[in-house]
Amino acid sequence: MVFEEILSMFIGIFTDYTLRYVALGSAILGITSGALGCFTVLRKQSLFGDALSHAALPGIGLAYLLVGTKDSLFLMFGAAIFAWFGGIVTLAITSTTRIKQDAALGITLSVFFGLGIVFLTYLQSIGGASQGGLDRFLFGQAAALIESDVINLGILAAICFAILIIFFKEFKIATFDSSFGQSLGFPTKYVNALLTTVIVVSVVIGLHTVGVVLMVAMLIAPAAAAKQWTSSLKSMIILSAIFGGVSGIVGSMISSTSEGMSTGPVIVITITTILGISLLFSPKQGYLFQYFQKKRQYQKNFDQISTVSNEVKNGVDKKSQVN
Amino acid sequence: MMEHKSNPNNLTEGKIPPIEIKNLSVTYRTEPALWNIDLKLPEGKMIAIVGPNGAGKSTLIKTVMGIVPITAGKVSVYGKSYSKQRTKVAYVPQRGSVDWDFPTDALDVVEMGLYGKLGWLRRPNSKTRKIAKECLEKVGLEDYSDRQIGQLSGGQQQRVFVARALAQDPQIYLMDEPLNGVDVITENTILSILEKLRKEGKTIVMVHHDLQTVDKYFNWVVMLNRNLIATGPIEKVFTKENLDKTYQEKQRVSLR
Repeated sequence: MVFEEILSMFIGIFTDYTLRYVALGSAILGITSGALGCFTVLRKQSLFGDALSHAALPGIGLAYLLVGTKDSLFLMFGAAIFAWFGGIVTLAITSTTRIKQDAALGITLSVFFGLGIVFLTYLQSIGGASQGGLDRFLFGQAAALIESDVINLGILAAICFAILIIFFKEFKIATFDSSFGQSLGFPTKYVNALLTTVIVVSVVIGLHTVGVVLMVAMLIAPAAAAKQWTSSLKSMIILSAIFGGVSGIVGSMISSTSEGMSTGPVIVITITTILGISLLFSPKQGYLFQYFQKKRQYQKNFDQISTVSNEVKNGVDKKSQVN
Repeated sequence: MMEHKSNPNNLTEGKIPPIEIKNLSVTYRTEPALWNIDLKLPEGKMIAIVGPNGAGKSTLIKTVMGIVPITAGKVSVYGKSYSKQRTKVAYVPQRGSVDWDFPTDALDVVEMGLYGKLGWLRRPNSKTRKIAKECLEKVGLEDYSDRQIGQLSGGQQQRVFVARALAQDPQIYLMDEPLNGVDVITENTILSILEKLRKEGKTIVMVHHDLQTVDKYFNWVVMLNRNLIATGPIEKVFTKENLDKTYQEKQRVSLR
């Protein structure tokens, strides 16, 4: 029964026109954000990713207001500009005031998100039936993806991956040891700007599918899961992309099984499940492995102590026998 | 040490010094970190930078490499700006400045030393891998090349950093407390490597915290406390008077 259902879901990807694009779009998102999210996690900038995605919202509203079309390319462009702007505002706050980064991120995140909501509600109030679709960027609406959207997402993802492959060495050194990288002649400023740009693009890709609110999960969860399994950056990125892609496909399949089940949140739940499994079961770094290792170590120490104490006891016994 | 007995203050004798600093001031926001430093460092010496916490020791070597922006003054490396002399300088940052949980292994970190010579876009290859392996061997870590760096001991991590600098094959080594909190094996390994390099004419500049060992390990000293207190050959400059000056100044500042 269950097997048949799963099988029909898989067949659905190839036969069901809508599901095919939903799954494909979600997979593209998962792969891109999975790969680039590794850098967000390794730089301990997870909240920065969250601020970027929230900052994108007003860009969508403004782009629609100015151009008046729902063509995804224009909206994504507006989103990207605002996400970037949000990132710069955060940096400007931390470098010119005494406010620390966490507070600066909180400020950017909430102010831009608030601004975005103002734009969206304003658009709602002036009516126009076509604006109704804009609020889908809040939580994403993968089910609304059409062929042209998926092509756009694919192109953007390809650009991201091309940049990632070309500048892999530079990204790695700026992430691991930025001042050393600077001493070698890779200015941290430029490398970071480029890296932030590709992360912004991956965030924009995710707006359609999971929306601004949940986007950060797609950056963090696959990367955090992948880090559990490997100790090389390259394999972490590949694994993270696979986790992201798989959860995109599986999530959109699960959500297609029942009416009204939103795709984005289901994808996020799927990737979080993968993260949970990784945290528990991965070798060396996993919780269970460490638990049993600690227990083994404890047992070993206990055995040693009891052997010693037995020897002492036996020694005492022998002595008393002699006496 | 011997060659300077004749004329210890004429350090370059017509040669261009490896590092020359003129009227250098560096400020963080409004706080001065370094104030009007004038300094020439001689070639082929083991040079210690000493001074209390917050004296600007790390800032000084970072300024040489342009990692920290200069407020006023000028720094030159063999007579030219650092950006033209990058391949002549290797930087060994403080061990605590990076995340050792990063997914990479010892060999990979050492190979990063060669990224500068590769430049933008060119990828590490079998040649860089081979050099990295040789350098890892020099610090006695050939058996740890594929170990995740977090699995290494503190001393081993420090030796990985030194190996990375060796891979750069520079004229000048700028090292930020490489002997801080390391085991005896590591300390001896690093010192014997550096001594060999010094004999080859390389210049080693090291931020050093342990005043007990300064006259044992080094032959030149820079005594710093935001201002330059003294600099020169150990036997001339590393005196109780100068030490008092270096370390009391700080107390006055912190009491203010």
